[in-house]
Amino acid sequence: MILAAAAASSAFSGWAFYLAQQSINALQLGSIYALIALGYSMVYGVLTMINFAHGDLFMLGAFACLLIAAFLPLPFVVILLLVILLIGLLGALIERVAYRPLRGGPRVSAIITALGCGLVIENLTLVNFPYAQRMPALFTSTSYQVAGLTISTLQLLIIGISVALMLGLDFFIYKTRYGIAMRAIAFDARTVPLMGVPADRIISLTFLIGAGLGGAAGMLYGLAYPVIAPSMGVLVGWKAFIAAVIGGIGSVRGAVLGGFILGGVEIMVVAFLPSTYRDLISYSLLLVILIFKPYGLLGRAPNQKV
Amino acid sequence: MKFSHLITAGLAIAALTGCGEGGGPSVKVGLNTELTGEMPAVGASSKNAAELFASQINAAGGIDVGGKKLPLKLAVGDNGAKADQAAAIAQRLIAQENVVAMIGPDASACAIPASEIAESLKCPMISPWSTNPKTTLDAITGKPKAYVFRACFTDNFQAGVLAKFVLNNLKAKTAAVLYDVASEAPNGQATLFRQTFEANGGQIVGFETYTTGDRDFSAQLTKIKATNPEVIFLPAYYNDVPLIAQQARRLGITAQFVGSDAWSSPEIIKLGGADIDGSFFCNHYSTQIATPVAQKFMTDYQAKYGQPPDDVAALTYDAFGLLVEAIKQAGKLDREAIRDALSKIAKYDGVTGTMKFQPPSGDPLKSAVVLQIKDGKFVWVANAQP
Repeated sequence: MILAAAAASSAFSGWAFYLAQQSINALQLGSIYALIALGYSMVYGVLTMINFAHGDLFMLGAFACLLIAAFLPLPFVVILLLVILLIGLLGALIERVAYRPLRGGPRVSAIITALGCGLVIENLTLVNFPYAQRMPALFTSTSYQVAGLTISTLQLLIIGISVALMLGLDFFIYKTRYGIAMRAIAFDARTVPLMGVPADRIISLTFLIGAGLGGAAGMLYGLAYPVIAPSMGVLVGWKAFIAAVIGGIGSVRGAVLGGFILGGVEIMVVAFLPSTYRDLISYSLLLVILIFKPYGLLGRAPNQKV
Repeated sequence: MKFSHLITAGLAIAALTGCGEGGGPSVKVGLNTELTGEMPAVGASSKNAAELFASQINAAGGIDVGGKKLPLKLAVGDNGAKADQAAAIAQRLIAQENVVAMIGPDASACAIPASEIAESLKCPMISPWSTNPKTTLDAITGKPKAYVFRACFTDNFQAGVLAKFVLNNLKAKTAAVLYDVASEAPNGQATLFRQTFEANGGQIVGFETYTTGDRDFSAQLTKIKATNPEVIFLPAYYNDVPLIAQQARRLGITAQFVGSDAWSSPEIIKLGGADIDGSFFCNHYSTQIATPVAQKFMTDYQAKYGQPPDDVAALTYDAFGLLVEAIKQAGKLDREAIRDALSKIAKYDGVTGTMKFQPPSGDPLKSAVVLQIKDGKFVWVANAQP
């Protein structure tokens, strides 16, 4: 009787540990999707444009970290800040030279330009790094056994930094003047500039922050999955874009929610069903969400112009 | 007016490519390989070996065709490691550049569609590295294709070698498999390994998949960890294996990794580091048990490119060797005669061992080796005969 109860409880705890372990995996993957999705969502918010070069800026974040670490023995945090700054500036530069001249032109031209910029970035990287590279370990990651669960310093760091960056962004957008200006432009891009909000500067800032977060995500992704290649941004970029749409593109909190949902669904489908069905089931589920919430979970229907 | 210009231009291009630059007859052979895309290391090795072979045979006067020595000329096409591009390159090499035979593609995902083109255009093709049975077999009838050959062993053979190695040499009874379901060669290897391993008394406790381009394997590995296998079989290419191995070790999985010939690029050591040290995999040849033929190839390759040849390089070199042998025996530059001669080669001493074709099969009978990755080197462990 007691034995049976013990066996049942150990079976239950085995199952609970398994679920907890898979949840840690889901948090790691989800936090990276969320960081990238933010960039898509912010840009869409202010310009109603999809920046398809974002996945490649993400990839450049990993390569920037590789190059900085190879030449300068800097501490981890300094490298992270440098990567955010570099990729952010590059994002703003791309907006200035490639997207701004087309603003007001046909929507399709902007999308094609973004795709083109992405391809240029990817192929320039490919010319310089034809082979996949091993990402340097910037610190020694230890695996801890906590109550039967395995968690590493790296996982804690990735989840921690992602959450910190997202909270910082949330504060910026809801509590600062620039953040309020950004939301105002997202609300009405035609009227708000007439009230003295410097639209161009705010748009540049949006690209700077969005691309910077993408770069940070690339660096964290490279550390977590330390074989990096110029093509790595394509698939992850698509998935993060899907996450942004699920969450409600244009909504910052929605992007975060979408990222964690996508990461969670991908991991949990594999955890409890045959892994071959992963993409089939996860994306069918996401389609169902869109059927019931066409603007995404936290998205708003656009203002109808009369 | 414009139309006639087009015709003139077309004729000029035809004259340039058809008759061959520099005049004089030559033996034009196509090389259809993976120079860009997912596995550029494979394409680079193949191209290096082909150029080494061409320079050596041309320095020796050329290929003996019915008593006349003709130079070997390469027509190289990059298939980008993509199936559609591989078929398009095959079409271009065979129909437009009019090659006498095509070497490549190397990856099975490319070799299978390209083999359909070669078969329908009746042009001999030898894939150096494609181990998937489908490359040389007709998709509908299951019978051997008439014009398609390979220089390597097949996955059927490889899966048997690995299953028996795990059971008999590693004395392991339980294994899990993790593979790319969207990639032709790994997919076939996983299924065949499962069949042979179970048929010989082993137990497959986990059979998990991922998709090309995935980098997070944590969910699959956590699932595999719960089944506690002694061995994890990873029929994956050299760029996936290091990530899988690293994530497995970080999750606390201590199982022995075993892999297929898809591991064989030295890149795997550079990318994998300590996580893959001690792993075993099946391969086409080992530099440590090299015959004089292989020794010479290794020295020449090292001298020309400053790095040791991997198995793709060795197999490409052998594919050219087999083709030249067939051309010599055919005595003329006729695709059908070359095919007939190729299918009847009874003994060819190549870099990767002795090969023999038995009509109507395009698969050679040859041996395999098992290697271990030890302190950053591939170390020979065992031989396996067909």
